[in-house]
Amino acid sequence: MKKLARAFLGLSIPLLSGLCAIVIVLVVLIVMGEVILGGWSTLTWEFLSTGPKAGMTEGGIYPAIIGTLLLVVMMSIAGVPIGTITALYLSEYASQRSILARLIRFAVNTLAGVPAIVFGLFGLGFFIQFVGSGIDNILTGGADLKWGQPNILWASLTMALLTLPVVIVSVEEAIKAVPRELREASLALGATKWETIRKVVLPNSITGILTGGILAVSRGAGEVAPILFTGAAYFLPQLPGSLSDQFMELGYHIYIMSTQSPDVEATRGIQYATTLVLLLLTFALNFSAIFLRYKIRTRKLR
Amino acid sequence: MQELNAPSTTSPRSPRPVPQADSGEISGDSRSRNGHGPKAWWKKRFRPGEFLIEKGITAVSFLSFAFIALIFVFVFREALPILTPGEVKEKGETESVRQESYGDDTPAAELRQEIDERAKSVEDFEEGSAHAGNLAGTIWQPVSSQPKYGLAPLVVGSLKVTTVAILVSAPIAILAALFTAAFAPKWAKELLKPAIEVLAGIPSVVIGFFALMAMASFMQNTLGYEYRLNAFIGGLALSLAVIPIIYTITEDSLSRVPRVMTEASLALGASKWQTAAFVVLPAATPGIFAGVLLGIGRAFGETMIVLMATGNASMLSGDLFEPVRTMSATIGAEMGEVVFGDTHYTVLFFIGAVLFIFTFALNAIAELFIRQRLMKRFEGQ
Repeated sequence: MKKLARAFLGLSIPLLSGLCAIVIVLVVLIVMGEVILGGWSTLTWEFLSTGPKAGMTEGGIYPAIIGTLLLVVMMSIAGVPIGTITALYLSEYASQRSILARLIRFAVNTLAGVPAIVFGLFGLGFFIQFVGSGIDNILTGGADLKWGQPNILWASLTMALLTLPVVIVSVEEAIKAVPRELREASLALGATKWETIRKVVLPNSITGILTGGILAVSRGAGEVAPILFTGAAYFLPQLPGSLSDQFMELGYHIYIMSTQSPDVEATRGIQYATTLVLLLLTFALNFSAIFLRYKIRTRKLR
Repeated sequence: MQELNAPSTTSPRSPRPVPQADSGEISGDSRSRNGHGPKAWWKKRFRPGEFLIEKGITAVSFLSFAFIALIFVFVFREALPILTPGEVKEKGETESVRQESYGDDTPAAELRQEIDERAKSVEDFEEGSAHAGNLAGTIWQPVSSQPKYGLAPLVVGSLKVTTVAILVSAPIAILAALFTAAFAPKWAKELLKPAIEVLAGIPSVVIGFFALMAMASFMQNTLGYEYRLNAFIGGLALSLAVIPIIYTITEDSLSRVPRVMTEASLALGASKWQTAAFVVLPAATPGIFAGVLLGIGRAFGETMIVLMATGNASMLSGDLFEPVRTMSATIGAEMGEVVFGDTHYTVLFFIGAVLFIFTFALNAIAELFIRQRLMKRFEGQ
């Protein structure tokens, strides 16, 4: 009896765990297949290069693509330098046991764990209500509402906060991969610490900084919750022209089209194709990040 | 990519000096470089440029701490009026006319009637005001002539969806991780790991869309329940987002189980599966537990998936196949339409503050588990 139970367990544990692995792979294939099959026929050049027409039931997603690009570019401009400098501090300057370094690590971990929607709330409460309204009050005495409302600037800054931990973690990894001998050679030649960082450490970790930026962009392009009420718009006739304009965004477009449009069935093709575009965009970014990371890890001493 | 969400066990931030550090990461190199070396600071040549740069870098990196503090302050600042009832401003005019419609419309309309009927039975709520006592009600009906801000349906909704998500994702993710760590041939590993990375890279709005358009109808046809969008579908969709988290952390802690342990077990005559099930898996329990906690945190805070896949009707019931409205989805759906400073606005911020605290606590506990229990077990013996 005992033998039988053992034989059963010995067979079922590997089988069951293998089955779970297969389930995961299948689920990934099904999600991808569904989106690709559903969106492929609608995905044309015209779809990518024109705006929505006929009350969003026809036309393309050009403004949403541009809006997403603007968002991630502005987000990177705000987030990548701060993330890089923080990573530099954590790996080059801070003693691992100093209180400040531990405080910052704790903050980065916490930042990575805060739900995306809370970032949205923060963007609304801090950037729009506090900073934006403050600027309005100073400029026009509160008479004219220009900055104290959702716009692309506040959305980008909110998104930069969300993606900050992503940048920090991957830049730090890259900085750590710079061989110690290089630093020591530089210091031994009489370079100061900052000179070493600027001429040796940073040039050697540029791939890592790039990886961090790409991963952040991929994350930022996929998140919708933080921009729900900090700047994304349902439909805009023209592209955002200034920092205080609202914008259309791919993820938000998918959400709006699939839940709030009057006739969901009529725009089915558009929804699938938009999802496919977003999926392809994030995958292209993720794969290039994985590739770069692989290059960093296998790098030899030059 | 998903490992970024988690307190990565690989980074050297263990507070106490680790006796046998497994790599050169923690060892002397960072300490001897940072100026606390043998030479005292007053004997060094003072370089103003270097000094300024170092202080500047320190100041910039302090920003991330400042941001956390700001998030804390500003989310709570907006939520504060709820705890001090007198200061709540009068309701705005614009919102009372608006009627919302989210998600699928046909069942939502029926549900709304049902909710209205249930609402009529309880009418002793104070109009337009919200305070700690009022939040304990059982009806969430912020947009009506007599707004009610009972949080119970939202909390129950979040719990229902999270429970389904964890019950589905935890066994699958843990077993798959065990498969990778113990049984998988090389080609299977090379198939599974990219699959997990791809899954982790799918934006949540895409998962929500998939659940809404494809999964919901399929499951309804298969299981034949009444409402197309419900807590079960939401949880199922959420599990797609949670699996990579639990898998990554479980796999990480499984692969950190010292080889001595597995080899000792094998040497004593235990078979491969016995070693996996009775040595490796128990040894990595704290890490697995941490992974599940982080998964719960993610499921609880995730917005877009539940916003699209749960039907968004705030009903208080225990039935998994009825539509629900979760806390995060409520914020996502309603914040765009409220009047700034209004009671509804304050209550939504209060919900956000609760979400923040909850995920914060979960992350802290998870990190404690990884750092203290797991590492102690593997290093301290």
